[in-house]
Amino acid sequence: MLDPLLLSRIQFAFVVAFHFLLPAFTIGLASYIAVLEGLHLATGRRVYLRISTFWIRIFAVSFGMGVVSGIVMPFQFGTNWSRYSDATANVVAPLMAYEGLTAFFLEAAFLGVLLFGRKLVPPWAHFAAALMVALGTLASTFWILVVNSWMQTPAGFEIVDGRFVPTDWLAVMFNPSFPYRFLHTVTGVYLTTAFTVIGVAAWFLRHGRYVEEAKVMIAMGVLLASVLVPAQALIGDAHGLNTLVHQPQKLAAIEGIWETRGGQPAVLFALPDDDAERNDAEIAIPKLGSLYLTHEWDGVVKGLKDFPRSERPPVPPVFFGFRAMVGMWAIMFGLTLWAWWLASRKRLFSTPAYLRASTWAIPVGYIAVTAGWITTEVGRQPYVVYGHLRTADAVTPTLTGPDVALSLAVYVAVYFVVFGAGLYYLVQLVQRGLPEELGGHALEPQQRAARPLSAATRRE
Amino acid sequence: MIDLVPIWTLVIAVAVFMYVLLDGFDLGVGILFPFAPDHASRDLMMASVAPIWDGNETWLVLGGIALFAAFPLAFAIIIPAVYFPILFMLLGLIFRGVAFEFRHTARTSRRHWDRAFFWGSLVATFAQGCVLGKFVRGFAVQGRQYAGTSWDWVEPFVLAVGVGLVFGYVLLGATWLVLKTEGPLQEWARGKARVGLFGVLAFIAMVSIWTPLLDPRIAERWFSWPNLALLVPVPLATAAIAWWLWRSLARGRELAPFAAALGLFAMCYVGLAISLFPYVVPPSITLRDAAAAPQSQAFLLIGTLFLLPIILMYSGWSYWVFRGKVRAGHGYH
Repeated sequence: MLDPLLLSRIQFAFVVAFHFLLPAFTIGLASYIAVLEGLHLATGRRVYLRISTFWIRIFAVSFGMGVVSGIVMPFQFGTNWSRYSDATANVVAPLMAYEGLTAFFLEAAFLGVLLFGRKLVPPWAHFAAALMVALGTLASTFWILVVNSWMQTPAGFEIVDGRFVPTDWLAVMFNPSFPYRFLHTVTGVYLTTAFTVIGVAAWFLRHGRYVEEAKVMIAMGVLLASVLVPAQALIGDAHGLNTLVHQPQKLAAIEGIWETRGGQPAVLFALPDDDAERNDAEIAIPKLGSLYLTHEWDGVVKGLKDFPRSERPPVPPVFFGFRAMVGMWAIMFGLTLWAWWLASRKRLFSTPAYLRASTWAIPVGYIAVTAGWITTEVGRQPYVVYGHLRTADAVTPTLTGPDVALSLAVYVAVYFVVFGAGLYYLVQLVQRGLPEELGGHALEPQQRAARPLSAATRRE
Repeated sequence: MIDLVPIWTLVIAVAVFMYVLLDGFDLGVGILFPFAPDHASRDLMMASVAPIWDGNETWLVLGGIALFAAFPLAFAIIIPAVYFPILFMLLGLIFRGVAFEFRHTARTSRRHWDRAFFWGSLVATFAQGCVLGKFVRGFAVQGRQYAGTSWDWVEPFVLAVGVGLVFGYVLLGATWLVLKTEGPLQEWARGKARVGLFGVLAFIAMVSIWTPLLDPRIAERWFSWPNLALLVPVPLATAAIAWWLWRSLARGRELAPFAAALGLFAMCYVGLAISLFPYVVPPSITLRDAAAAPQSQAFLLIGTLFLLPIILMYSGWSYWVFRGKVRAGHGYH
């Protein structure tokens, strides 16, 4: 009745999906804060400092949530996936340890200085701390995507007694899908941050608050999006072609194609049916699929029926996840075009419809990133290490259904409370807006220390 | 190729010990939090650990993942056996961790996060104690898998170790506050440090009697000749440190109590190592049995030996930035 395997999969999907919402925002935000601090240091313009201070508070709350929900993740490997841990540790564990050594300590040590140390260290050291935090988040992204990519396209190992043993570390790290996945993910999370910043600034502008700062934020966000939105299309395409070579089942599920043939259509919408092995209610453009997958009108692409049922992922989550991701990209693309069109008429900051749409579009990045992960992770099934270790053979053998049902229920309850409260406080921080005027380094440290705590930390 | 097992044993022992000491005093501050004399004291207590708790908690990640990397079999057996203590520890750490920022942001709901800070710290500490207790008691193993149930850890000894660790972290937290605060709050912390010390000593005495009774091998290790003579300095040093801690509290010293509390933890750690060596999954799997492939241990060791000194350097710098007594007003920005 209660299947520990299925429940463990749901539990992992749940805790990792919630966790990743935070890095999806904070990786980009850490870089943004470092840029703002650097601009302030270089130009002396206080507008950058005010923007940075506003986002640092929001960063503190989000990053804290990211840290505590992230610590859960490696322990999941031990608690629920002990056979995976035993089989893959020789390969994946050192990579995860490198993440801790190069990223987590860097982030943690310099985060304290970034949040609490502005008055205690010289301005350049505070900027350096911001830079180190940003560097830490990117290092963390690097290592964890090395691990994930190795599970998708394993390389550089041999199997001894049923366990993976590394033979070539460079081949392990720079496995076939890693460069694409890394670029694709970093671009995706930067875009998530950009559209969050634009949306918040648009809200300020619409309410006539912090007009100068909001304009700077929107301009910076739109500039970044103008580069990264088109770039993401190219990177995503290259990533897809890489998947076609290394994980053909996943690609067939993404495209929703069942038969192997030349001149494959591009399926825009369908209701894929795993049991009947066909699509219902299909809307497709003939031959276009082969064109973008093989760059030939009649190029042959393998369909799902070419693979035994036991080797196929469940199609609907992969199929719809991919379309949700691309749909979100289309919204970002449309908003960016709109922004340029308005800017060329000098109405970017004064068009309520655009500003309102930008605020409503804050979630698009988060949805795109989550949908993308669903596509790639479900698309790897039924394997946890693609082609070598099945998910069913990875679960902890001593777990019972009720054990996992209990832990899953507790995780769900706690995450709804904690993430719900976190979202509430983040919205509150946005509504409270920017600090009125900063003491910064203009005030002597003694003067600051003498101020009562309530004035310094609480604005009640 | 040189044998890396002893080196990795040392690295993991150091990482886990760093975690216990550093997050130990953070969690201890959290456990003491609701008993503080007043509102302003609570703000100060939280401010004394706010800039560093994240770095301290990172040692847990390093300890856990380094165990996964260097002795993966131990990771794959121990963690499932303590499935629920790990769950409670993680959830406790979540509530404790978000409480810092949420409490700071909250207006009307602040007292909820005060509670989250306390309960999170308490539950995480107790759960860590249970993991330690289960580790001492040992694990049922079959082949390369844990063979017990997810509830085997529920037994008096394991739960008692959970309570013992709560006293231990209270001692660390209280002596940290003696170091970082002044005036009435410092005086209050001294009182709590005495409570913690009594609790810890009672617990050490209890475990020293109970463990050899439960496990003949541990009794053999300590009480056979000539081990008895060789190991007698361990309890003597523990007693001396406890005496030093008591005296330094009475004399109003500020750094010495914290240093002595660290020393007391170090002695307990040595005692534990003497009891269990060379097993990493007592009572059946040794460090060598559980070791990862040599090329994996080597690959990680190169980076670790290079990066750890750098980490200690900049972590030390971040401690130095926030040196001295914690005062009101050193909050955000």
